Amino acid sequence: MTRHPVLEARNLRLQFGGVTAADDASLSIAAGERVAIIGPNGAGKTTFVNICTGYLKPQSGSVRFEGREITGVTPREIVRNGIGRSFQLPQLFLDTTVLDNLLLALAAREGIWNTWTPLKRHPRRDEMLDLLEVIGLTETAHQLPRELPEGMRKLVDIAMALALRPRLIFMNEPTSGVSTREKFAIMDVVIRALQHNATTAVFVEHDMEVVSRYADRVAVWSFGRIGLEGTPAEVLNDPDVRRGVVGS
Amino acid sequence: MISIQTVLLAALDGLSYGAQVFMVAVGLSLIFGVLRIVNVAHGSFYAIGAYVAASFGLFIAAAGWSPWLTYPAMALSACLVGIVVGGTLEVALLRRIYGKEQVLQLLVTFAVFMILEDMQKAVWGVRPYFIDAPLGLLGTVNILGINYSIYQLVVVPLFAVVMLVSLRYVLRHTRLGRIVTAVTDDREAAAAMGVDATRVYLLTFMIGASIAAFGGALASGATSLVPGMGAGMTILSFAVAATAGLGRIEGAAVAALMIGLGRSLAVYMAPEFDVLVPYLIMFLVLLFKPQGLFSVQQTRKV
Amino acid sequence: MRPEILLGGAAAFVLAIVPALVPWTAVMLTIALAIGLSVLGIVVLLRAGQVSFGHGLYYATGAYTVAFLVSARLSLDALILIPLGGLVATLIALAFGVFAVRYRDIFFAMINLAISMVAFALLEKLYHITGGGDGMNVARPTLGGVRLGRAAFEGWMFYTTLATVAIASFLVGRYLDSPLGRALEAVKSNETRLEYLGVSGNRVLHVGYAISAALAGISGAIIAIVNGHVAPEFAYWVRSGEFVFIAILGGAGNVVGAFAGSIVFEVIRNHAAAFAADYWQTILGLSLIVIIMFAPDGLTQLRFIRRKAQS
Repeated sequence: MTRHPVLEARNLRLQFGGVTAADDASLSIAAGERVAIIGPNGAGKTTFVNICTGYLKPQSGSVRFEGREITGVTPREIVRNGIGRSFQLPQLFLDTTVLDNLLLALAAREGIWNTWTPLKRHPRRDEMLDLLEVIGLTETAHQLPRELPEGMRKLVDIAMALALRPRLIFMNEPTSGVSTREKFAIMDVVIRALQHNATTAVFVEHDMEVVSRYADRVAVWSFGRIGLEGTPAEVLNDPDVRRGVVGS
Repeated sequence: MISIQTVLLAALDGLSYGAQVFMVAVGLSLIFGVLRIVNVAHGSFYAIGAYVAASFGLFIAAAGWSPWLTYPAMALSACLVGIVVGGTLEVALLRRIYGKEQVLQLLVTFAVFMILEDMQKAVWGVRPYFIDAPLGLLGTVNILGINYSIYQLVVVPLFAVVMLVSLRYVLRHTRLGRIVTAVTDDREAAAAMGVDATRVYLLTFMIGASIAAFGGALASGATSLVPGMGAGMTILSFAVAATAGLGRIEGAAVAALMIGLGRSLAVYMAPEFDVLVPYLIMFLVLLFKPQGLFSVQQTRKV
Repeated sequence: MRPEILLGGAAAFVLAIVPALVPWTAVMLTIALAIGLSVLGIVVLLRAGQVSFGHGLYYATGAYTVAFLVSARLSLDALILIPLGGLVATLIALAFGVFAVRYRDIFFAMINLAISMVAFALLEKLYHITGGGDGMNVARPTLGGVRLGRAAFEGWMFYTTLATVAIASFLVGRYLDSPLGRALEAVKSNETRLEYLGVSGNRVLHVGYAISAALAGISGAIIAIVNGHVAPEFAYWVRSGEFVFIAILGGAGNVVGAFAGSIVFEVIRNHAAAFAADYWQTILGLSLIVIIMFAPDGLTQLRFIRRKAQS
């Protein structure tokens, strides 16, 4: 099956000091795919996400999104091109309500420079209320993010990215720091939201159950690049993976 | 017309001026490296150091003691100001605001600065002070037909170099110095090593303040002391420290020299714009190297 | 924002009748309100978590703009001079902002301080243009096309200032509620996320910076006209420090607080000047420390809540 790749990362290389965080890393993502990135700590998973979303510049290699070169471009431009991301630690505006967080994301998408209408009366406010409903956080709309438990903050963080209607989203450990039962609840909600807009997704994950349940494809990271890649079943049955990654 | 004399004179002036600015800037940088605070009141240490040294100088002259005593008196006033004024400030105030928002730290040190400016006027008045003993003792030297005071030409830069060398030595070869370097370069790692932060912070702050005060004490022998000199010095030393990269000690020496030379060239060639030059240099450097010339790039993890 | 508009309206109404009843308060209140505009400029920056120790620069820009225009004998009306003061300050802020808004916190504050001190020194040194340390006199312009006597002029300048303050407050309030103004808070609370919403924190701050400079410029222009004199001290750090002080005193976060703070400040200064002139800065400094150390919760914009995101 050869679908046209949405994202194509080729031969990425990045060293900090003596550490090689990306060592000839390549990955290709097809439209509509959900790819999980797994691997031990320090294998370069976050570095890969950071390079693809413009937070870090690779020393060599290239990233193309929908055929356009985006290597070394600022996060801002990458986001405007249609890539969104969530963070390992939620990056939210802590002094303002959950709804206002989302409204600011909405305003950013619609053009922050061309309106005098107060943010609270944004003409497309309902769209954000709908998004909150999809992720099951309607009741938290008027709470401050810091009053919410970690799992909910992660959802809001993902919703911030989704509010921009990206065609591709990177999620860095969407379910870390919450119980297994909650993990499934969160992922169900996230997947539903992704399907809503047919968003392609790449997510870094540690929990194998989550991976096997929600990913179409798994890329196992080791020493700054993909060590192994395949369907969840193939990867999880690999003897090296069973010894190395599971439970790490 | 630019003559060789003008250039030489400017270079010597710049050297002397740069040496003074270096002492203030290096203290500011040292303190920032460890405490992560830019002390807006730092220039006040310079000013108070100068006034205290001048008072000692006048006292020594009035008592009829040997004018050579003004030199140890300078060192004494620097330590006094660093320990008494600097120490009090750290213990009473700064200690309570570490780790708080930078805006708040700025506001607090700015408030301290306002208070210290008033205090200087209350104690020493608004009349200019000048002591000539240190200058007069050493006489002048003739270079290419220009009389130059040995004090400004040799003593001030010499002390700056001694300061730089001993700072380097302390930072590399003593326990305190290694801790200071470790904290400056990597905060988290240093915290993990179990450093007694309270003591290190206090010592660093007192040392930084003393160096600035010593810069002021040296200046008291070369320029007349007027109210407001502290404000100018805070900003200038920040310009030097920022040009070098905040926390960079050896870098501060290079930046101070650049800015000192640039300023004195302007004094001779376009005197109306001498104040502009240090900042032009800073703006130019920061335009191309936003973190300063000698900074180490740090990326926040997300 | 309804309650704030009501509160502001009520306050404006009360203020409007005070000078009618007690004529000697007119000048003092005019000055307080004008200074309040500069303070409002600081409040705008505080929204982004930034403080400028150099807004005296823009205040002086507005004032000297008026002084130059008046001494050029263009016979411009006060109602034209005031916005022109704001305009020139805005242009300078837009230009210098290209550099300044790349920095935050310490660097932002200190770079502003540096540029204002350069301006101060130049105003003093370029004697043949600026009148040096003596400053420049500003002849009384016409107001609304009418040449007024001193008392009438002072009275009408008060109402002009009050109207300016009302308009500025409304517009600033509206700006702070707009997406662009809310993004200013995002510069303070999480710039990483702001960038990942596709918005440039620098550009957001640049707009806020220009607006705050416009306010300071208008403020300086009014002072120049009311005082009839401008001096290099307008750009000195003490003046900038007072703006910041009043912003914190007034509660840092809100528009009405900026003006309430500056009226209180002006009244105290008028009375303190007689017996504590030598300790004025000490008083300001001590109160600033007391407010920050002991009443941080009262300062809505300055709560210690910026969490660092570390993995």
